Amino acid sequence: MKDHLLSAADLSRDDAILVLDTSAEMAQLTEGRSVKKLPTLRGRAVVNLFFEDSTRTRTSFELAAKRLSADVVNFSAKGSSVSKGESLKDTALTLEAMGADCVVVRHWASGAPHRLAYSGWIRSSVVNAGDGTHEHPTQAILDAYTLRKHLGSVDGRRITIVGDVLHSRVARSNVLLLATLGAEVTLVAPPTLLPVGVEHWPCQTSYDLDSVLVKADAVMMLRVQRERMNAAFFPSAREYSRRYGLDARRFALLPDDAVVLHPGPMNRGMEITAEVADSDRSVIVEQVTNGVYVRMAVLYLLLAGGRE
Amino acid sequence: MSWLIRGARVLGGEPTDLLLDDERIADVGRRISSRGATVTDADGLLALPGLVDLHTHLREPGREDAETVETGTQAAALGGFTAVHAMANTDPVADTAGVVEQVWRLGREAGYADVRPVGAVTMDLAGERLAELGAMTDSAATVRVFSDDGRCVSDAVLMRRALEYVKAFDGVIAQHAQEPRLTEGAQMNEGELAGRLGLRGWPSVAEEAIVARDVLLAAHVQSRLHVCHVSTRGSVEIIRLAKERGFPVTAEVTPHHLALTEDLAATYDPRYKVNPPLRRADDVAALRVGLADGTIDAVATDHAPHPVEDKDCEWDAAAFGMLGLETALSVVQETMVDTGLLDWAGVADRMSARPARIGRCDGSHGRPLAAGESANLVLVDPAASRVIDSRELASLSRNTPYEGMTLPGRVVATFLRGRPTVLDGKLA
Ligand SMILES: [Zn+2]
Repeated sequence: MKDHLLSAADLSRDDAILVLDTSAEMAQLTEGRSVKKLPTLRGRAVVNLFFEDSTRTRTSFELAAKRLSADVVNFSAKGSSVSKGESLKDTALTLEAMGADCVVVRHWASGAPHRLAYSGWIRSSVVNAGDGTHEHPTQAILDAYTLRKHLGSVDGRRITIVGDVLHSRVARSNVLLLATLGAEVTLVAPPTLLPVGVEHWPCQTSYDLDSVLVKADAVMMLRVQRERMNAAFFPSAREYSRRYGLDARRFALLPDDAVVLHPGPMNRGMEITAEVADSDRSVIVEQVTNGVYVRMAVLYLLLAGGRE
Repeated sequence: MSWLIRGARVLGGEPTDLLLDDERIADVGRRISSRGATVTDADGLLALPGLVDLHTHLREPGREDAETVETGTQAAALGGFTAVHAMANTDPVADTAGVVEQVWRLGREAGYADVRPVGAVTMDLAGERLAELGAMTDSAATVRVFSDDGRCVSDAVLMRRALEYVKAFDGVIAQHAQEPRLTEGAQMNEGELAGRLGLRGWPSVAEEAIVARDVLLAAHVQSRLHVCHVSTRGSVEIIRLAKERGFPVTAEVTPHHLALTEDLAATYDPRYKVNPPLRRADDVAALRVGLADGTIDAVATDHAPHPVEDKDCEWDAAAFGMLGLETALSVVQETMVDTGLLDWAGVADRMSARPARIGRCDGSHGRPLAAGESANLVLVDPAASRVIDSRELASLSRNTPYEGMTLPGRVVATFLRGRPTVLDGKLA
């Protein structure tokens, strides 16, 4: 594996399978144990650097690091593109001075983790925990892990991703990783919410959800903000739900063993109905559990695996 | 003081001598002798008329941490320029006779290049009310070029009125062509790469829609339009068509749009963040052809200094713009001369004669190197090459996109009205 995990494209097929296998080992080692800690990263410092609030992602990384016995520091640096606050560079220099071994960064700006990794400000490994509308590679790994558990293998499976692809870092990372693992990915969205150039991505696209669902092995619903209608991405929340939401009628179109994923947080009633979200073929809660194993695997492989 | 330049190749021609005396070129020919003149050996060097930049951000008044009139014109002289047009987006904005006169006077005091202030089209660049264009024209700065550069005069009625109004004093509206609604929050060229990098796209159509509208407006009111920093193949095609129809339109291209492509954005390094953004190789090819065939009249630097902290950050948070003055001629040599698209006479036309004509400073700039003309000229060693090191630049800022790159050519000397501003590649 590379020194950093910035994009799902950083993972070769072998890397991706190694991370997934390691995640499964992490699950085995901790599930059902009374003491869930492994001594693997004792004495190593993992910094959660969050320029954007995300309790669920931060908590997941924190739990993962602690289960590996790493020292965990949560560093939240507020500030947006409008009010800059402390600069990325100064923050990085501070972390370097503190001796961070790994920086897990969530940032509102696309490419901020890349800047951290390659500007010469710090020497530690950088893990992208979601940057702007760019990528969220550990989310894609946990999705692939969850899919593999339920579908046996991802290779050759038909995965449908539905919603606001344009603004979604989850979609970008998923398309890249799932394609690496051999899945057939189809993006479904209104044309306004598909990025220019999407025809060059390693996936199919469609504007018609019903026709895609009947062949899907899994469907992943992306969060769609109602406010997007104010910028004319779609006319109204109601029309969006009607054309692209996963309700009971559409759910019934899916093959019997297909599963439903959502990276959270959900907009119930918008992209997914409560009925579908809470159904027994929804693996949304399990995704959260798997997120911790996957992040343990990533931290382990970056900090302990082969770098010493 | 008089200077005798020995053996320079004027526009790349046969070696000849030039005698500069009392602000003018006194004589051009073989084996001129002049007692008392300082002799400088120009064996192997080219002589070109002093370069004229239509698009320079000198940042003074207001952002003297990024550049001043003095440091900016020092950079200009080192780049071979004898005249620069100073853009109006200063703080305060150059939208009154007072501010343009201040900038003009600072240029005179510094003495490294003639500073031709550009006046704002609208008050405070707000795009609402016309600035006092006539007062700026009548001021000591004798403004002829007006621009809200940094922003587009997007209101069609205001643009029409501005074009009409400047006819009274032979002015020109230099448009920063950017449809604002199509580019809200835009970070880089819209396309496959922007989609992959998660950076908000700046689509070609946002430039081309304004260029198309404005060439039609210019034709309709028969007034001069100049299109700043053309960046797309589509814009070149629209301008070519407008010129074929005889519309009163001129255009410029920056060195960086001739040399660099959007691929550099994949580094997320904001030194490559510029407005309009770097485009694709196909656009670069069209811009080079457009400059070669004269569709694009001029190379203009859009020299845009920024302090380190405005570039040493996230891409989204960084300022738009790149330095250009000290590398422009080298980049044009690499992209246009060394590729066979333009000869040195063509370079002189696109970097001196035509921009001087557009800016109406062609009484003393952009003239042929002939006896009787103002002694504004530059001596260039086209065989030299240099590695760009931002720490060696005269500009106060360091945001060059060519850091570490090897570029051909070197400015050896620059003369402004017979007086050297640069000798041996250093400020005189
Ligand atoms: Zn501009």
